[in-house]
Amino acid sequence: MAGAQPLARAPTSPTQKAPVPPAPRTLSPRMVDIGVQVAVVAALAGLWEFGARFGALNPFLLPPLSVVLGRIWEDLIAGTVLVDLGLTLYRALAGFAIGAVIGIPLGILMARSALVRWFFDPLVSIGFPMPKIAFLPIFILWFDIYDTSKIIMVAFSCFFPIVAATYAGCSSLDKWPIWSARSFGAKERDLLWEVYLPMAMPQIITGLQVALPVGMITTIVTEMLMGGRGVGGAMIMAGRFADSVGVFAGIVQIIILGFVVVKSLEIVRRRILVWHPESRR
Amino acid sequence: MSDILAGRRRPAGLAYAAVDLAVRFSPVLVLAVFWEFLGLSGIVSQQMLPGLMEIFAAFVDMLVNGDLLYNTARSVSRAAAGLGAAVVVGVVVGLMMAQFRAARLLVNPIVQIFYPMPKSALIPVVMIWLGLGDSSKILLIFLGCLLPVVVGTYNGARGVNPFLLWSASSLGASRLDVLHEVVLPAAMPDILNGCRTALAFSFILMVSSEFVIATDGVGFMISSLGDGGQYPAMFAAIFFVAGIGFAADRIYAMLARHMLRWREA
Repeated sequence: MAGAQPLARAPTSPTQKAPVPPAPRTLSPRMVDIGVQVAVVAALAGLWEFGARFGALNPFLLPPLSVVLGRIWEDLIAGTVLVDLGLTLYRALAGFAIGAVIGIPLGILMARSALVRWFFDPLVSIGFPMPKIAFLPIFILWFDIYDTSKIIMVAFSCFFPIVAATYAGCSSLDKWPIWSARSFGAKERDLLWEVYLPMAMPQIITGLQVALPVGMITTIVTEMLMGGRGVGGAMIMAGRFADSVGVFAGIVQIIILGFVVVKSLEIVRRRILVWHPESRR
Repeated sequence: MSDILAGRRRPAGLAYAAVDLAVRFSPVLVLAVFWEFLGLSGIVSQQMLPGLMEIFAAFVDMLVNGDLLYNTARSVSRAAAGLGAAVVVGVVVGLMMAQFRAARLLVNPIVQIFYPMPKSALIPVVMIWLGLGDSSKILLIFLGCLLPVVVGTYNGARGVNPFLLWSASSLGASRLDVLHEVVLPAAMPDILNGCRTALAFSFILMVSSEFVIATDGVGFMISSLGDGGQYPAMFAAIFFVAGIGFAADRIYAMLARHMLRWREA
């Protein structure tokens, strides 16, 4: 950025730039974009509200937004919302953590050891594209219908994106930094922490960013299928009792929860990768 | 994923390919042997871990009496209808977003809100709207598959090299020509990636929606077999569904490679 010089002089040579007057204050295009998008969200909410109130739609099929928010508020005061959200988050994060704790080391090992790669590479490439939710009845059979089977189901779905991303990140590393670290006398253990992990970090975090929403989705589906409270369980109960307000209350909660989780992951990514070129916009 | 035998020049031939496959997937055999060992040695009860022969017998049974094929056909036809509609609508919307700022500003917040939302959460909603029939599950799969296609198309169409666009315009291509002749092919890799994600979603939603609301389909079949305690058949049906999902992804990847064969690898 060429700031305006304190003394504005005529350029003395063709290569020297004339001083730039400061730009007049306007809204940046980015602000306009954000404003328009917020307006669209507000318009959508308004459309939902008034469409449901004065439209031809049966309030059972689409209860007005205000009614749904009122229900969430009531449940919040009654404490059920926090219990359900807490349970769902606990299951999702527990499964996600197990998937990460197994997946990241395994991905690194697969990249480093031919034997580990020989055994796990085909298993991961078979497991990755499978609809893993189909295995839920097996987990129910093995671990009963309480939290254990839900968490294991979530860990199982989170594991594959994490291990695949870690493996891809660690197997395509640039040779030069590794060689130079070795020539500076780094041991293999130091290499892992100082070179491999930082270099593969963007890929690993991408895997985690894919896996966490997958974990949330899996958690809510398992709650819907097996009950046991949580947001999904509460929604399916509401659906069974034809309580459409309750169902939409669940949807709104899930939208907010999903949005918060995805955005916080983006922030965490920027925090961790501060040193990485991708952070320099 | 990497090929273990990469680096070695591979002679052509079916026999060699078969051996190659066998070597590559030998870990699966190791797992199978381990499975049998656990069941037969009595470490885990037969109830929890039926023998593989038993599972296979149940599979042949279901195949012969037509249950499996009928239910699979019902499920897959619903998934295909939802996915097909999602691909068509998603590509159009994604291209629109890349071309027109207004479309982008209108659609982007909607995508941002609904992208992180698990589409399975809509199961009770589609149940309320459309009842328990086919249409509710098709709508659910359509909604679940739509966004990956939109986002993939948008990213692909946005990343087109501007020089290509300018050259096409300067050679007299209309806006529609440019879209069809330049943007669409250039965005194709990203579009195909988005569709691959959507394909995976369609299977997940197909199975999970049938676990919750269904009168037929493989998901329904699995849950009713589990409720009835017919575990060998349940395992067989689960492996079958997982196998179809895996096969669909593999076939799709092959087709995608074939479609993109004009690119310089």
